[in-house]
Amino acid sequence: MKTIITANGSDVNATLDPRFGRCEFFCILDEETGETEFIENKAKLQSSAAGTTAAETVIEQGVKKVISGDFGPKAKSLLDRFGIQMVILKDEGQIIANVINSITGK
Amino acid sequence: MSFKITVASGKGGTGKTTVATNLYWSLVKNFDNDTLLVDCDVEEPDDLLFFKNAILRSEVKVTQAVPEINTSKCTYCRKCVEYCEYNAITVIPPVQYASIAPDLCHSCGACLYACQDDALIEKDHEIGLMSGYDVGFGKGLLEGRLKIGSAAQTPVIRRVKKEALDAASVILFDAPPGTSCSVVTSVLDADFVIMVTEPTPFGLHDLKIAVELIREMDLPFGVVINKAGLGDRAVYDYLEDEGIDILEEIPFNEEYARKFSEGMILSRIDKNYAIHYQKIIRKILEFKQQ
Ligand code: SF4
Ligand code: SF4
Repeated sequence: MKTIITANGSDVNATLDPRFGRCEFFCILDEETGETEFIENKAKLQSSAAGTTAAETVIEQGVKKVISGDFGPKAKSLLDRFGIQMVILKDEGQIIANVINSITGK
Repeated sequence: MSFKITVASGKGGTGKTTVATNLYWSLVKNFDNDTLLVDCDVEEPDDLLFFKNAILRSEVKVTQAVPEINTSKCTYCRKCVEYCEYNAITVIPPVQYASIAPDLCHSCGACLYACQDDALIEKDHEIGLMSGYDVGFGKGLLEGRLKIGSAAQTPVIRRVKKEALDAASVILFDAPPGTSCSVVTSVLDADFVIMVTEPTPFGLHDLKIAVELIREMDLPFGVVINKAGLGDRAVYDYLEDEGIDILEEIPFNEEYARKFSEGMILSRIDKNYAIHYQKIIRKILEFKQQ
C-alpha cells in the first residue's frame, strides 16, 4: 500500500509540511518495501484551488493514505470521495524519516 | 437619460451608508421625487435597515451560467483544465473524475471552446438575489445581495445596475467600500462620484487609494468629510494640495450617531443635519449644469 506524506524538502531528512495544498513536496512511501519517492507539488504556487489540485495528484498516484498537518474542505471532500484516508499530524517539526518509521514500525 | 450619482468610500466604517440613505431622502424631498437608491454593496447590503416602512415589491434570483461536465461524453483529456485561468476544473483521468467548482468559475467560456468532445453543458447557477422595495417615498430601493458562499460580486452588481438603467431620472448608487473590482463595476458609468471619508489617518490612507482609482477612471468626483471634528487636519491638507472639492463636512454628533445606529433616517432627525445634504445636492447640481 502506498502513502503520501507532505514534506518541506525532497529527502527523508526534510520535515513534515503542515499545509496540504501548498506543501513543497509529496513523499510517496511504499509501505511494504519502505521505498520512497519525492515529487514536487505543482499546486503550491497556484492562486486558487491549490488543495483541489494537490488532491488530484494524490488521487492520480493511487495512494490510500495521506499524512499532513491540515486539509482544506475542498481537498477533504475530494479525497473522501475516493476513499483516501487523511491523517493529521499536529507535530509540525517532525522529520519525514521518523514519520516513516512510525508507519512501517521500525 | 438618468443622472447617476455613486457614493463610494476607500474603507468601511466612514458612514457611507448614512450618507447614501440620507442623500436619497434629501434628493426625493428637495430635488426630484423620481429618484432610485441602489445598494451595490452586495456582500453586506444594509441600506434597507434604514427604511422602517420598506415593503418588498419584487424579488429576482440572479444566476450565472456555469458549465457542467457530462461524464458520459468526457474523454478526460484535460484540455479544459489547461484553458481554465481560475483553476475551477478538476479532471483526474486514472479515476475518471471530472467536475467544475461553481464558486471558482468566472463564466469566461474558455473551457467550452477547449472541449472537442461536446462534454460541457452550461447550467444556470444561483449567485445572488435582487430585491426591489417601496420605502414610502421616492422610487424606492433596489438591492443586490450575494448568495452566501458565492464569490461572484461583480456579476450580481452588473445585473442590479442593468435593472436600474433608466428606471428613474436620478439614480443613487451605494458602492461597496474599498477599491476592489466590485467597486470599479459600481462606479464605472457614474456621472458624479461622492467619496465619503473621515478625517483620520486611516481615512486619509484609504482616501488616497480611492482617489487614485477614480482619477484613473477619469470620473468627476467630490469629497464629503463625515464625522468632521474627529481626527486631525491631514485629510484637509491632502485635499487642498490635490485641488479636490470638498462637497460638504458633516460634523460628528454623538446623539445623531446613536439614533442612526438605531436605524433612523433624516426625516425624523435634527433639521440641522438636513442642511448638509441640501448643500451636497446643490454642489452636484452646479456641476451638472456646467
Ligand atoms: S467558464 Fe471559464 S472559469 Fe468557468 S470553468 Fe470554464 S474556463 Fe473555468
Ligand atoms: S476538454 Fe472536454 S473531454 Fe476533455 S476533459 Fe474537459 S470536459 Fe472532458
